[in-house]
Amino acid sequence: MYVSMNWIKDFVDLEGEDLEQLIHRFTLSTAEVEGIEYKGRDIKDVVVGEIISCADHPDSDHLHVLKVDAGEQIYDVVCGAPNARAGIKTAFVKVGGQVGDMKIGPAKLRGIESFGMCCSGKELGISDDHSGIMELDPSLKNGTDLKEVFPIEDVIFEVDNKSLTNRPDLWGHYGMAREFAALTGQKLRELPVKDSDYVGDAEVPVEIRNRDLVFRYSSVRIENITANVSPMEMQIRLYYCGMRAINLLADITNYIMLELGQPMHAFNGDKMNRIVVDTPDSDMKFTTLDGQERDITTDTLMIWDGEVPTGIAGIMGGLDSEIVDDTHSVMLESANFDGVSIRKSASRMALRTDASARYEKTLDPEMTLVAVKRFIKLLYDSDPGMKCTTNITDVYVKKYPEISVSFDKKFIDRYTGIDISSEQIRTTLELLGFETAQNGDEFTSKVPSWRATKDVSMKADIVEEITRIYGYDNFEIKTTLSPIIPAKTTRRRAEENAVKDLLVKAYACHEIHTRVWCDPDAMRDLGLTPEDNVKLVQSSEEKGTGILRTSMMECILPAVRQNRDFATEYKIFEIGRVFEGTGADGCADEHRHLAVCLYSKDRTEKNLYVEAVEMINTIVDELKHKKASYSKTETVHAWEHPKNTAAIMVDDHRIGKLNTLYPSIRSRIAKNAYVVCIEIDMDDLLAIEPAEFAYTQPSSFPAVDYDLSLVIPEGVRFETIEKCWKDLHIAELRKTAIIDIYDAGEIKSIAVRFSFVADDRTLTGEEVQANIDKVIENLKKINVNLKA
Amino acid sequence: MKERIEQLGSQFNEALAKVADPEALEELRLRFMSKKGYVSELMKELGKVSVEQKKEVGQMINSFKQQITDQFDRKKEELVRLQEEVLIQSAESYDESLPTADPCGSYHPITLVQRELEDIFESMGFDIEDYSEVVTDFECFEAVNIPPFHPARDMQDTYYLAGNNQLLKSHTSAAQNAILRKYGPALKENGRPIRAVFPGRCFRNEAVDASHDNTFFQMEGMMVDKDISISNLIYFMKTMLSEVFGREVTVRLRPGFFPFVEPGFELDIKCLNCGGTGCPSCGNSGWLELCPCGMIHPNVLKLGGINTDEDPFEYTGFAFGLGLTRLAMMKYGVKDIRTFNDGDLSALSQFVSR
Repeated sequence: MYVSMNWIKDFVDLEGEDLEQLIHRFTLSTAEVEGIEYKGRDIKDVVVGEIISCADHPDSDHLHVLKVDAGEQIYDVVCGAPNARAGIKTAFVKVGGQVGDMKIGPAKLRGIESFGMCCSGKELGISDDHSGIMELDPSLKNGTDLKEVFPIEDVIFEVDNKSLTNRPDLWGHYGMAREFAALTGQKLRELPVKDSDYVGDAEVPVEIRNRDLVFRYSSVRIENITANVSPMEMQIRLYYCGMRAINLLADITNYIMLELGQPMHAFNGDKMNRIVVDTPDSDMKFTTLDGQERDITTDTLMIWDGEVPTGIAGIMGGLDSEIVDDTHSVMLESANFDGVSIRKSASRMALRTDASARYEKTLDPEMTLVAVKRFIKLLYDSDPGMKCTTNITDVYVKKYPEISVSFDKKFIDRYTGIDISSEQIRTTLELLGFETAQNGDEFTSKVPSWRATKDVSMKADIVEEITRIYGYDNFEIKTTLSPIIPAKTTRRRAEENAVKDLLVKAYACHEIHTRVWCDPDAMRDLGLTPEDNVKLVQSSEEKGTGILRTSMMECILPAVRQNRDFATEYKIFEIGRVFEGTGADGCADEHRHLAVCLYSKDRTEKNLYVEAVEMINTIVDELKHKKASYSKTETVHAWEHPKNTAAIMVDDHRIGKLNTLYPSIRSRIAKNAYVVCIEIDMDDLLAIEPAEFAYTQPSSFPAVDYDLSLVIPEGVRFETIEKCWKDLHIAELRKTAIIDIYDAGEIKSIAVRFSFVADDRTLTGEEVQANIDKVIENLKKINVNLKA
Repeated sequence: MKERIEQLGSQFNEALAKVADPEALEELRLRFMSKKGYVSELMKELGKVSVEQKKEVGQMINSFKQQITDQFDRKKEELVRLQEEVLIQSAESYDESLPTADPCGSYHPITLVQRELEDIFESMGFDIEDYSEVVTDFECFEAVNIPPFHPARDMQDTYYLAGNNQLLKSHTSAAQNAILRKYGPALKENGRPIRAVFPGRCFRNEAVDASHDNTFFQMEGMMVDKDISISNLIYFMKTMLSEVFGREVTVRLRPGFFPFVEPGFELDIKCLNCGGTGCPSCGNSGWLELCPCGMIHPNVLKLGGINTDEDPFEYTGFAFGLGLTRLAMMKYGVKDIRTFNDGDLSALSQFVSR
């Protein structure tokens, strides 16, 4: 929103104030200013000039050769404006003068010398009228500086609309002026208004049928309007604030909207007989005054002339009842509609107007009547012949409750942490329009109607009013006096950090982030489709935001494919959330998962798989001082390999899954690459209690090593072989290690080194041999024999 | 005897000069020093010497023995030295400049920034919390004082889940209620102030481009105790942000509207790039809008079980929100926000460690 300081000065005396400083304070106390523009600084030596003669240029079909009387001197000027003619007075830039970026010097136009320039409103930067040169009031004295005739000089600043969302009172200059009054300690002047001078019983027929969506509707009927051009001062202000002058009636409604923040609509009085406010019974079409046909639904509030629709309430009027240049009578609408309803309708129709933007902020209904009187005043000033032909009709359907807030200085001191005097508290509130009764250090403030629609309702709000005007830069800052109590890292966070550190530092994995929803396109490249799961509302499938992921792999595998040319070998991981459908309560079943993918073109799949197992073992050992075990499991996802998909178990609890890829999916990632996937539920892992770390004194007696070379039958897992000695619980068997694996097609063998040691003696060969014999005996039972 | 000793002496010297390896040296030593060696022979012959000469000849033999032992030791040392010299000379000189295998993994930049902030907050006594990504409408909006028809709740801004009243959280404030409920009892029973930060992934339905993403990270923080004031808030934010940026920062507060705080502020810091004179990175204003903050709204404290209607201001507190994604962009000079979620290793693998 653009704010004109000239306009502000109508309501508050800023004599002697540094405007730039003041606008800076406004940023710190009220709302964010995005920029300041100094209007008229680039206008120099522009005066009232009278065209005393006008002849056609001998060498041109559109140029004129003029003599312009600029008061102290008559100038020869070549001018191309179609409306240039003898007898009119216009804006004339003398040689050496300036308009905008244009500096005026003597020039030769098609052979004729020209000294100065006649200019249009657009060239002067005070309107967008470029149809011809300005035509000024003939009574103006030639040579008068144009800046004395029109308020060309102004300081305009732009406020970020987003910072005004909770301040309905700041959507007009009068409310803005109140802030400047509070900042400078000046009194806010009253807004000049004029009542209807009609005497009699006639009212505007207003019928509010939908009383839920209307707070207030004020109106008056005015006739005998003859003027149709608004005063230049009004036009300039509208233009500087981003609007365009149209005609007197439309300009006044816009002017009041910019001044008070109250949107108004002037219906053509010849077309409008009876105002009805209601939602339609069924969906319908309606043509707004911009000529567009709109779809109207049954929850859209409309204005009707009897039963004929004439406007969308609070958004835009209709084409048929529009004010035209020869309109002589108006029926005025100054109303207050439900903000939420207006916002929803505007957003559904994608028709956000200056009016709807204001209504959706929940405007003060007290303004409607003031706005009508202000309209009468402004119209009368331009057209004293106008006549009100009804009383001001005012239908006040719903009132906001009056709000009073009681508080004491102690509360303000406690909440601010500083000492603001009682005097300053009261003065600040009064300047902002809060009528405040003070009894010593106790106060009761009445929240003014323009702040009471949603913005201010309690003590904390009052603190904001006082402190923002006091200035946060003026605060003495102090630390809290709260006791210091050390924070403890949760195991959840410690484990997440430890897993990341291990993967990055010990296994050179790269951490990535993916989205929580499936991207069907990326999955299709792998021959996958998103699994049925929790869906998002109103999502667009092509953006890939339709279905939440049920496994991290739905998002990580596409990332593996995407990076297939990054290197011949890499590992990536992410800790993120997955959703396993919905629980019994209907809520999404959210889980925190770790996913790791190992990718290689250089190594065998088996080799990668072994490394994946090592990673998992390391994680479980590091975090829990426990050993993970594995059991092959049925596949549930399309990418899992039927033979190499294993559940990861700790303490008989399943914490995750390890798998190689289904062949056709693997080949879609890269023809000659292998991928191994790990997915672990971090909360299932967290639930595993870590084992106590136990130290044992090393024996002072020597260990005896005994190596066995075993022939392994097809399909026998090492854990089965291991049971052969583990189940014996031999106290002296302290360690076993695999020292060799031999795999030559038919024959698979494995060499195991057994280390025996006792704490109290050196073991004899016979003792060791006796234990080894028991192991061999067990091994024979599962057909594992010693290598010949 | 004398002659014999002198003769043996020159014989030893001659032989020693020819010795080139430890084996030859050992052979020489045995020839002279073993039980059957020349020195033993001499000792035997000493018996035949007259009593008068015995002392003198005995001394001569001893000194001869000492002499050849010393020479022998020196030669042995020299041989070892020569041998090592040969080893050293024949050794390969290695090239340290050869490229090595690259065993470096990488952290996601968000992880790096998040850990840095968490360490700072932990050092100030803050608990680090985490929260789910799917939350209820109550947690995300109602509990933080966002009324039913607020624009933030519109479909076009928020990802709602089909078939229930859940959504992907649109801000970390969605965890405020749970944090207040978790730590409230310790505050009220033991006077342990609530100090907590909660980083997390947030989601907003918007078109993705270089500066907007529908998935991003925030870190929210809260402190609640008796008598927490605006003055405390400003002090804390200044101290905390000075730690975050590693140098003293100048902060300023402007009124800002957020439904869950009252008063609410936009906090700016004086541009670290230009020091406040204005440059492209601060849009020539000299200030950078950094984070929203404010005094926690009484309704939020009430819904969090901290205050009751009898005294809605018994406990007070402040809250703030930091854009982790934005901080990571500032810290690493990442120009395109999509870098964070696109999973492109050529970009992400550069963030090797902190």
